[in-house]
Amino acid sequence: MKIIVGVKRVLDYNVKARVKADKSGIELANVKMSMNPFDEIAVEEALRIKEAGNADEVIAVSIGPVQSQETIRTALAMGADRGILIETNELLEPLAIAKLLKHLVDREQPGLVLLGKQAIDDDANQTGQMLSALSGMSQATFASRVEFDGDQLKVTREVDSGLESIKVTMPAIITTDLRLNEPRYAKLPNIMKAKKKPLEIIPVADTGVDVSSGLSVVEVNEPPRRAAGIIVKNVAELVDKLRNEAKVI
Amino acid sequence: MTYVAPVKEIAFVLNQVVGLADIAELEGFEEATADLVEAILDESAKFTGEILAPLNSVGDQQGSQWKEGKVTTPDGWQEAYRQFIENGWGSLSFPPEFGGQGLPMCVSAAVQEMWHSANMSFGLCPLLTQGAVDAIDHHASDELKQRYLPKMVEGIWSGTMNLTEPQAGSDLAAVRTRAEPAGDHYLITGQKIYITYGEHDLTENIIHMVLARLPDAPAGVKGISLFIVPKFLVNEDGSPGERNDVHCVSIEHKLGIHASPTCVMSYGDNGGAIGYLVGKEHHGLAYMFTMMNQARHAVGVEGYGIAERAYQKAVGYARDRKQGNTLLGKDEDDQSIINHPDVRRILMSMRSTIEAMRGLGLACAAAFDVARRHPDSNVRERMQRRGELLTPLVKGWSTEMGVELCSLGVQVHGGMGYIEETGAAQMLRDARITTIYEGTTAIQANDLIGRKTARDGGRGMAELIADMRSTLAEIATLDDSHVKAILPRMESAIDAAESANTWLLSQNDATLPAAISVEFLMMHGRLAGGWMMARAALAAARLKQSAEADQAFLDARIILARYYAERTLPLVESSSTIILNSAGITIALDSAQL
Repeated sequence: MKIIVGVKRVLDYNVKARVKADKSGIELANVKMSMNPFDEIAVEEALRIKEAGNADEVIAVSIGPVQSQETIRTALAMGADRGILIETNELLEPLAIAKLLKHLVDREQPGLVLLGKQAIDDDANQTGQMLSALSGMSQATFASRVEFDGDQLKVTREVDSGLESIKVTMPAIITTDLRLNEPRYAKLPNIMKAKKKPLEIIPVADTGVDVSSGLSVVEVNEPPRRAAGIIVKNVAELVDKLRNEAKVI
Repeated sequence: MTYVAPVKEIAFVLNQVVGLADIAELEGFEEATADLVEAILDESAKFTGEILAPLNSVGDQQGSQWKEGKVTTPDGWQEAYRQFIENGWGSLSFPPEFGGQGLPMCVSAAVQEMWHSANMSFGLCPLLTQGAVDAIDHHASDELKQRYLPKMVEGIWSGTMNLTEPQAGSDLAAVRTRAEPAGDHYLITGQKIYITYGEHDLTENIIHMVLARLPDAPAGVKGISLFIVPKFLVNEDGSPGERNDVHCVSIEHKLGIHASPTCVMSYGDNGGAIGYLVGKEHHGLAYMFTMMNQARHAVGVEGYGIAERAYQKAVGYARDRKQGNTLLGKDEDDQSIINHPDVRRILMSMRSTIEAMRGLGLACAAAFDVARRHPDSNVRERMQRRGELLTPLVKGWSTEMGVELCSLGVQVHGGMGYIEETGAAQMLRDARITTIYEGTTAIQANDLIGRKTARDGGRGMAELIADMRSTLAEIATLDDSHVKAILPRMESAIDAAESANTWLLSQNDATLPAAISVEFLMMHGRLAGGWMMARAALAAARLKQSAEADQAFLDARIILARYYAERTLPLVESSSTIILNSAGITIALDSAQL
């Protein structure tokens, strides 16, 4: 069985995001970029599934500019077997990403697709669900535990009311939550070996997939600065302010 | 705040200043391409920042503990060490035939800086193993290599250097530990002190490299031999067997590096510890120098590594702490102490000196890399001379400045810096050993004036200065006023250093040079650091031509180089004046009058 795991190149989680001067987006030039942390968890889970003997091959996939190769190499250094980059300089929306992944799913026929539940840049949380709809594969989102049970998977999901356990039939898409696992560090010899692992680059045009966008970004702004706090005299004043000023109760 | 490795700055020095691309052209170093090295630096940054750095203050507070011959490392250290070796960090530059990665020394030095910034007490264990591996690899028989190296390279076993005895510190001629021949091995008896990681609970075996005398040995340094003495004797199948007669009888209570156990080792309390001769009898000291050159460079890296941590802490505090009306703050929300000009001075001094030291440390390592692998024997010899000349500067100057910068780091914190809780004091306490072990600053200075300058008639120095002048000639062709402003400062500094060199080479007696040797070392450290900053500024000015270049980052390199030229290079001239005038007066007072 093959596993496809999605790895997105995003602004490093340690970097403070800054809006571009023309408000067209976030400044990404000359800032540190890394693998989306949720995707690291997806890579880790894929590797654990393979190490437990439940999969034969882990394919790390990214969609983005040529620099996304570095993100794929990081996944290869962690232990993925090969990589595929669908190269594009456009910022694609989740639907276009889901269509491109569907293209790869048709080609590779994986038993599992592991994706981060969302990327920390846009926080869209849509790609996995859309890919499920497009491909007809089962979906288990926000996974915090994945167990194999014959040709089925028992997945524990983190939902608002607590934990939900579901069974899904493979092929399936799993989107990973924070508590699923703790990603490994890449070992030095594996970082060196990653250079020699196959990495296929497909120009987005060659996929024949329509990636046109139905949305346009009007403006990106910094969140408003938080006003200074005040100390209230008593509970009555607190309730009054919550009700009449903040209008939250 | 914890530690974030300056990956971008380190990669800049490797790629743009010391010529990693040229090193990756050399046979055996083909792997060391810029993208691979960056991937290594990134992963090392993650590991050191997330695993080693958080254990630094735990290590300081708990320290390693001795009880009945056993040493227990602080909470979390065993697990961190397990991960460290599992991820292969110990074997970076070791020979591939024994399981290492065979990467250049400059890459290994870049990674090691991060160990020491994150946690110097921890970094000492693999540092010592590295020295022992080098000595075995260069000088021991194939049989001994096969028996010990694979597990030491993997890090399952650690190594130590056993030189010092109570009466034999800087003067190793006084070593008394004895080795009696006993068939295919020797029986070692005696006591060694200050043995870093002589005993601990991180590895299943500890391989001691021990200096001792044979019964028929001539007196002095020509009668010392080097032995491998394992804590556990090694079985035929390579597993650790019987306990050898070597024991840790106590550990020292120290100013800093509390987690690094500094051991008193006793050999042969029950008849003699079994040891195996490395190389030939009576050649031990020369072999030990293989370890020491490597270790001296590594301690220099500690010097700027720990200063980098102190700098990060200081700059973090300066951004946070509000005090007084600042002269540089833009508005009332911008009144952190970082906006006081004098705090800027401290931070600029720390930052620029660290970058100069890092440049020198990596340039020295790169020189050794070229010396090892270049096809042209003339280049090899020249770069070997260069590496050896720079080693005492890296060790002596970077550690002296490391202590000074860690002290400045405390100063930025004001009263809070003096409080242990803040953590700035630990850097200063930990840094303090670096000017002492692996040869004090005076020992480095003697090496510089004697072996490295006087012995070759100043040839290595002349080559170094010629290379500096050619950098200046390149800068002169630039159209950048900031970078060009470095020129007059560098030129005056070089002239001043040359006067001091000429004076030194004209001396027939060692007494006067010995009185100014440390000043001579500091002068050349500052000058060589200035050269590295000039090279960084030159590279930055060229890269700036590209529109996609990170202009802010490159501008910062140029401003830091300029600051260094204005604030540090004039000290080269005052050092030269001191050297030319103060030797006689230094020793004018009778010792009884002191």
